Amino acid sequence: MLSQIFHNNLALGGAQAVVALVFALSVMFLARRWAIHMEREVVVSLIRGLVQIIAMGLVLVLLLQGPAWTSALVLAGMTVAAANVSRRRVRGVPGTFRVALGGIGIGAGSVIVLMTAAGVIEAEISSLVPVGSMIIASTMNSTALALERFRSDVEAHAGLIEAGLALGAGPRRTLVPYVRTAVQAGILPHMNSLRSLGLVWIPGLMTGMVISGTDPVYAAIYQFVVIVMIFSSGGLAALVSLFLISPHVFSPAEQLLLHPQRSFDDAVC
Amino acid sequence: MRRSPVKSDRHSPGDSEERRLGGAQPVLRAAQLTRTVRGHTLVDHVSFTVYPRDLLAVLGPSGAGKSSLLRMLNRLDEPTAGTVYLHHRSYREIPPRDLRRRVGFVSQRSYLFPGTVGENLCFGPEQCGSTLQEEEVAALLEAVGLVGYGERNVATLSGGEVQRVAVARALANQPEVLLLDEPTSALDKAARAGVEWHIQRVIGEWGLACVMVTHDEEQARRMAGVALVLGEGRVEAMGPAMEVLGA
Repeated sequence: MLSQIFHNNLALGGAQAVVALVFALSVMFLARRWAIHMEREVVVSLIRGLVQIIAMGLVLVLLLQGPAWTSALVLAGMTVAAANVSRRRVRGVPGTFRVALGGIGIGAGSVIVLMTAAGVIEAEISSLVPVGSMIIASTMNSTALALERFRSDVEAHAGLIEAGLALGAGPRRTLVPYVRTAVQAGILPHMNSLRSLGLVWIPGLMTGMVISGTDPVYAAIYQFVVIVMIFSSGGLAALVSLFLISPHVFSPAEQLLLHPQRSFDDAVC
Repeated sequence: MRRSPVKSDRHSPGDSEERRLGGAQPVLRAAQLTRTVRGHTLVDHVSFTVYPRDLLAVLGPSGAGKSSLLRMLNRLDEPTAGTVYLHHRSYREIPPRDLRRRVGFVSQRSYLFPGTVGENLCFGPEQCGSTLQEEEVAALLEAVGLVGYGERNVATLSGGEVQRVAVARALANQPEVLLLDEPTSALDKAARAGVEWHIQRVIGEWGLACVMVTHDEEQARRMAGVALVLGEGRVEAMGPAMEVLGA
């Protein structure tokens, strides 16, 4: 219907965005009826998302005309931005930006480098940036989920952790159950993606490849490869970030700093 | 076999004074312990000494700093100033894990690990590569009056049993000092009497120095040789329990 009204691509895109936004805002107002207030976060996220994706589209136009090495810069910038988003999930613990950067950098970075070296991802900007960004974005979600789950579990089980410390256990030993559940929380969405692949959803990459004329079977296999890469990088990032954050949860004297009613400053004073 | 309980006379209030006069060596000495959080002083220059088979009761109203003081004694929290000496050695010179094995801690709410009672008792020794033998588990359970409880799942225990398992679990590390944070506050009268009896028994038989936070003056009179009353983090009174709290 919209395509019949708008014949210019930009105008059509704007109209489609408005329709989608109206629906998103309706959900927000529906949530208000149950006293769930997320207005500010939703509006800011919608505006940010729109501006960022348009900016990225413009950058892609320039990049596609540049040398291949510029894709490394773009992916590095995306990794830094992803770490900045993830760290907000564990407020109150120092050093979380470095933790998230390490997790996402090692998780996504190693998968992108190894898969490019193996020829799974083509070493061209037009392939590296879109596929790399998909891997980084999913890795960011895994890291954020794992860190958020870790923080909430540690706070909820501060008594048990301190019981372990009081019995002479080392900090890492007391965290074992919570690291395990946090890694599972980080990986779970990717496990669900793998389980439901083709049954519940047909991912965008495959759809795009089929529309552009690629053999549907090859498109399906390549989509599976991308999902597996995302699963690997997400799992690795969750493991690395949890390994890196554990020391930040304790003081040098092995005192638990992440308390539900205590800030970091309180604990180390 | 690990250290056996030392048979001795039951601990009784007033023992500590006799030991002091007899020249017994202190096990734990708090020196000017202070903890300040965001400019608010929770514990303000508190000093005291605890001897073997001594039970020092820390009393005071809510918010007086009792639990904050106790948590500093095994370094679960860091003092802003002052220190604690364990056998004349500042506890900052002792690795935290060694310190916490030597200074056992039982919190107000006993956080038992999911599993059996026996698994809980074995947890501490396992952290330093040691394994409790069956007879050692049995001896610990006997010490707290829970004979035959080794295979019981902790989820099936009553409140009093949970507290006694927590005491036995702390004892499994063979500590020299036992810290108790209101160990009977959540128990009914009968369960409280049982826990008190067993705590006094292990203090006497194991030769432990004990610091117990309580808000119950009657309990302090029944159990403690020395009482320390805190108010707004400061020591308001300290001395033989019967003198400080009245007979």
